[in-house]
Amino acid sequence: MRWLLQKDLRILRRSPLLLALLALYPIVIAVLIGFALSRGPDEPEVAFLNQVPESANVISLGEEEVDASRYAETLFEAVDPVRVSSREEAIEKVRDGDVLGALVIPPDITQKLEQGLEPATVEVFYNAEDPAKQAFVESTIESQVADANAALTERFSEVAVEYIDLLVKGGELPFLGQTLDVLGLERSEQILARARSDLPAGSPARDDLEEVIDFSRLARENLDLSDEVLGSVGRPIQVDTTVIEGGTTPLSAFAVAIAVSVSLMFVTLLLAAGMLALEREENVFRRLVRGLVSRTGLLVEKAGLAAACAFVLAMAMLAGLALFVDLDWGRFPLWAAGIASSAVAFGAMGVAIGALAREVRAASLLAFMLSLPIAFLALVPSGAVSSALFEVIKVVSALFPFKPTLDAMDAALNDAGDIALPLLHLAALALAFGALGRFGLRRFA
Amino acid sequence: MEPSTAAPAARQTATAPVLEAHELRKRYGDREALAGVSLAAARGERVAVIGPNGAGKTTLLSILAGIQAPDSGHVSRVPREVGWVPQQVALYGKLTVAENLRLFARLERCADVERAVERMLAQTGLEGRAGDQVATLSGGNRQRLNVAIGLLAEPPVLLLDEPSAALDPRQRDRLWEFVLAAGEAGTTVIYSTHNVAEAERYAHQVVVLADGERLFAGSPRELEGVVEASDQDFEAAFVSFLRQRGH
Repeated sequence: MRWLLQKDLRILRRSPLLLALLALYPIVIAVLIGFALSRGPDEPEVAFLNQVPESANVISLGEEEVDASRYAETLFEAVDPVRVSSREEAIEKVRDGDVLGALVIPPDITQKLEQGLEPATVEVFYNAEDPAKQAFVESTIESQVADANAALTERFSEVAVEYIDLLVKGGELPFLGQTLDVLGLERSEQILARARSDLPAGSPARDDLEEVIDFSRLARENLDLSDEVLGSVGRPIQVDTTVIEGGTTPLSAFAVAIAVSVSLMFVTLLLAAGMLALEREENVFRRLVRGLVSRTGLLVEKAGLAAACAFVLAMAMLAGLALFVDLDWGRFPLWAAGIASSAVAFGAMGVAIGALAREVRAASLLAFMLSLPIAFLALVPSGAVSSALFEVIKVVSALFPFKPTLDAMDAALNDAGDIALPLLHLAALALAFGALGRFGLRRFA
Repeated sequence: MEPSTAAPAARQTATAPVLEAHELRKRYGDREALAGVSLAAARGERVAVIGPNGAGKTTLLSILAGIQAPDSGHVSRVPREVGWVPQQVALYGKLTVAENLRLFARLERCADVERAVERMLAQTGLEGRAGDQVATLSGGNRQRLNVAIGLLAEPPVLLLDEPSAALDPRQRDRLWEFVLAAGEAGTTVIYSTHNVAEAERYAHQVVVLADGERLFAGSPRELEGVVEASDQDFEAAFVSFLRQRGH
């Protein structure tokens, strides 16, 4: 087997295209994924026209003055604003494709906010020729407008709570340059109680005062709760997140696990399947199995070679990705265990494909065609499809090494669950595909 | 060495057989590929297996080589004691001539690998091409190398499945020159061929197969004698023989 390994390595070395692919693949993938993960998405360019005069930016709410322009800043947190001078210019830029969308704030928006008689409206323009682009712009702008709405509502609620507090406790209210003393419900209740105690017993006015005092107390007690009610209005839904199942892997770390799993799968399957089929295409298989090498030995050699190449490639890829993403090198032994087990399982699947396809081109095509749906199925989240279909997908995914590879790599890289189970799963699949490959060799010659 | 143009002398029947096959049977589904074929070859003897398409020639050689197991019957030697040269060149195109020889010499567990490689390079006349990748060789050179690999372990018996198919006459001559040299050194050569002239020219013994049955085993002259066709050439005699036997 040693001589066969040496021979295959020599053949690999003399296949410059394949060698370049093997060497460049981890570098290119690592750099691409690294940039994608570390840079984050670019902010979309959106034309912005604010028609509100600077003097009208401040809204008066009683004695309070709210600077609305401060809340407009919320709109720009997720977009790159391109300032324009007119509504027509904004629309033109959208039409020409210079910007993804346009946001126009009309001049009367602060007036409407101040009066509160009708809702204030902003205008959004976008190009709908590309549904994906349309959905992206729509969701981005709508979510930013919702954030601005929430911030304004919260501020309005705070002002309202201050007024209600004045009604309950009393105090001073500045109005038109004068200061008014507001009695407040608490003090009203105290005055009425004193007046009632001054009345003779059995006076009919005593009962009337009793009713007014009860109303005053009831109003005070209920208005005391209003700040909590208005607080809820300002932010009616709050999010309290609890993870029920699965790990808490950050998206970037999970993307690394996916990238490594996909690369392992492609490289190992294609190499193992192709190199086994090559033995038949070169007509050497029958010569070899005439007592020179056992059929099982040949399968082990091909799967082992492909797994070893994929192991080196995956390690190089992780080293490259570590430049962009924070990876815990203390877990290196687990990385190695996960990658090695996955590579062996994919190697076994590769030789099974090679043994069944028998020709290099057919084997490569079959390996490629199987890889895509296997990876796709393993990444379908629960809830995205019906529960019955999801169960089918789970079973199908469990028959191939991609899903346990992903689980093993996620566990090894991100401490997301126990790695032992996926490793056992991979070992079982390696044996099963090895047996299938051995069966396929019966009609290989 | 020039290949002999005269018909070889009949084999020495007194010599003990180096390879024997008894009552070999093989079926592929309903079709009987071999129906109780027996064969014996002495040391240094050259045996040509001839017959029409589908006669069972390749099946017989595959069983003798140990690539296929017979349904019944027996072969006196285990596969490792028999050199085998498949019809299609079985070499690694990306490896050089010397690397192919070295690899198979190691797999054959030759005692002195480098000596075996040098010996085969000399016998094939490919010393000058030792460092060339096999993919760059001509068909004739590739086939000589293909045969050389079958001879690396110096087996007592060499099996060749249609060795000269797809070679031009000059390449065929050079190939036979090489094969005959191996025979001269005592190797028993059993080959299948469609080229009846090659059977007449190089074989001590001719085995005629048709529809899986062995119809004849003897020297080319004996085959001509069977059809009583002294005025016919060997090919015509062979065709007459098949007709007489209903094929």
